[in-house]
Amino acid sequence: MTTEIKAPSSPLAHIDDYGEIIGDSEIRELRIFAKQLDGPRVKMVNSTSVGGGVAEILNRLVPLLSELGVPTRWEVITAGNQFFAVTKAFHNALHGAAYEGHADWFDIFLATNEENRRRMQFDEDLIVIHDPQPITLVEARDGSKGKWIWRCHIDLSHPSPEVWEFLRPFVERFDASVFSSPAFTQGLKIPQYLVFPTIDPLAEKNRELEPEFIGRVLDKFGIDVKRPILTQISRFDRLKDPVGVIRAYQIVRKHMDCQLVLAGGGAADDPEGAVVLDEVKEAANGDADIHILDLPPWSHLEINALQRASTIVIQKSLREGFGLTVSEALWKMRPVVASAVGGIPSQVLHKLTGMLVHSVEGAAYQIRFLLSNPDFARKLGENGREHVKENFLITHNLKRYMLLFLSLQAQA
Amino acid sequence: MIQAKEPFQFVVASYLIRICREKAAGLAEFSRQLHDCSEASIFFHTFQSLERQHYMSFSNDFAQWILAACNEAPLAEQLTAIDIRDCTSIGELRDSLTSQVDGYLKRNPSATGRIAFEPFYFCEAFEYSAPWGEQATTLAELEEGIRRMSLQTLHHHFINSRLRLRLQTNDFSHWIRNSLELPELARRVDRIDIYVNTLDGLRERLIETIHPWTNR
Repeated sequence: MTTEIKAPSSPLAHIDDYGEIIGDSEIRELRIFAKQLDGPRVKMVNSTSVGGGVAEILNRLVPLLSELGVPTRWEVITAGNQFFAVTKAFHNALHGAAYEGHADWFDIFLATNEENRRRMQFDEDLIVIHDPQPITLVEARDGSKGKWIWRCHIDLSHPSPEVWEFLRPFVERFDASVFSSPAFTQGLKIPQYLVFPTIDPLAEKNRELEPEFIGRVLDKFGIDVKRPILTQISRFDRLKDPVGVIRAYQIVRKHMDCQLVLAGGGAADDPEGAVVLDEVKEAANGDADIHILDLPPWSHLEINALQRASTIVIQKSLREGFGLTVSEALWKMRPVVASAVGGIPSQVLHKLTGMLVHSVEGAAYQIRFLLSNPDFARKLGENGREHVKENFLITHNLKRYMLLFLSLQAQA
Repeated sequence: MIQAKEPFQFVVASYLIRICREKAAGLAEFSRQLHDCSEASIFFHTFQSLERQHYMSFSNDFAQWILAACNEAPLAEQLTAIDIRDCTSIGELRDSLTSQVDGYLKRNPSATGRIAFEPFYFCEAFEYSAPWGEQATTLAELEEGIRRMSLQTLHHHFINSRLRLRLQTNDFSHWIRNSLELPELARRVDRIDIYVNTLDGLRERLIETIHPWTNR
């Protein structure tokens, strides 16, 4: 069976609670646009309810849309490990890695989607399919009156042709597609819209924390509060380049004292995490100042505390969908050193809201520069928070989705 | 307090961004696309970019890309000097932009063949507006509305309004001049520089300009 995800009831924030951050007029506008929609029923479908940025966004977007009068359901497809091994290979290939799949992998992908399609109902007015994993559910559109949207959270700028040409006919059956950056698109025949992913400023991962709590978290993990802390928060995934972060830290350590925190967990649809974690531990080579924290998916408060305690937050990804951990750090006014890949340049404007880098050596250099220039680092953090407030908060996402729904309703 | 002949109708406004299939790998391709792209695209990269310009060197996306990705600073400066307040239609604005780009490429043929560091991706903005459910019949009520409206709505009334009105003015000045019959205040409001103010700064300037007149 597919799993319907019930929106957590408490203590999540309500729509009016965001007024203290973005202003009551913005909240009022959201309500006005919601009224214009006249209550369409919406279904969101993805492949995991736990771990990763998509699940986090849906966890908040779904209840807030419903509260605004746009009743929205969230369903997760059911699949086994074999399917997720295939979709992980697809994911890497769509991000530009060589595709080394077996001959029957496309069949496994299609069969699992078909099983889910038979079990699911699609009688909503708007169906939003997130990412490639459940993409062939669009085959159900022939019997459905709704409009279908494909929300692509990954960078499709350099996809493996083998995988992309397999997926493309399914993508072009949708009424519209949504991407996180203009550079991620592939010149589709269907309309392509731009919607930035967003963070929830009132969620446990981003809300304000008491300094005492932050101190307790550092104590718990044996991190020295008195020495500079460099942190990368991300899944243990080769595309996040955790080993590259260790190499950058090792260069910095030749000149300056600091600690490194690599914290993250696995996503239910990522079978490679344990292997990469072992590679990271090996690269750390027993250095007591490298803290490798394999955290469970519910560790939002701990991650929040680690980000707030960090002197510098790093996101040295090799490929990135959008990299919402960057927005999380900017919202907390942390100076960020991040790779110029995927959606990161939309968040990190070089020397204005953070520092963009292209290599291990570049990351090490910018970390040293920021550790030596704390006033400049502080200014980056201040700018970063404003930039997130203007572009990457969940209230923007709500508005863009409602405008997209309005646009599709008008076509209908 | 002066009562308006007609009330000012506030709206709420926001926009959806559509990514076009066209992109330009260098200036020659950019020039061709600039002639052919949709009006919604010119609108997004000029009028709408004013909303997000305060972190950028230049006020429109075209100039920003020509500087950052093509390293052609003189052309970037020429494009950013085009004042959208002088244009009451996208057609006029497109003519100004294309004549600058084409003229520059003619004078600097070596720039034609160079590949940019990253492509320019053409996008389009589609604005949606809906009644706010409030109106102003006095300057004080207009000031209060300006204080409370979102930045995107402010952008709609003060900047995008030029295309809607097809006049070299904005919604506020238009109403102050025609319904309150205060041409001097209308002129002062219209003179507020949209290029050197952020939208928050623009709101402050508007309130500073209007407030002294509210008790007349």
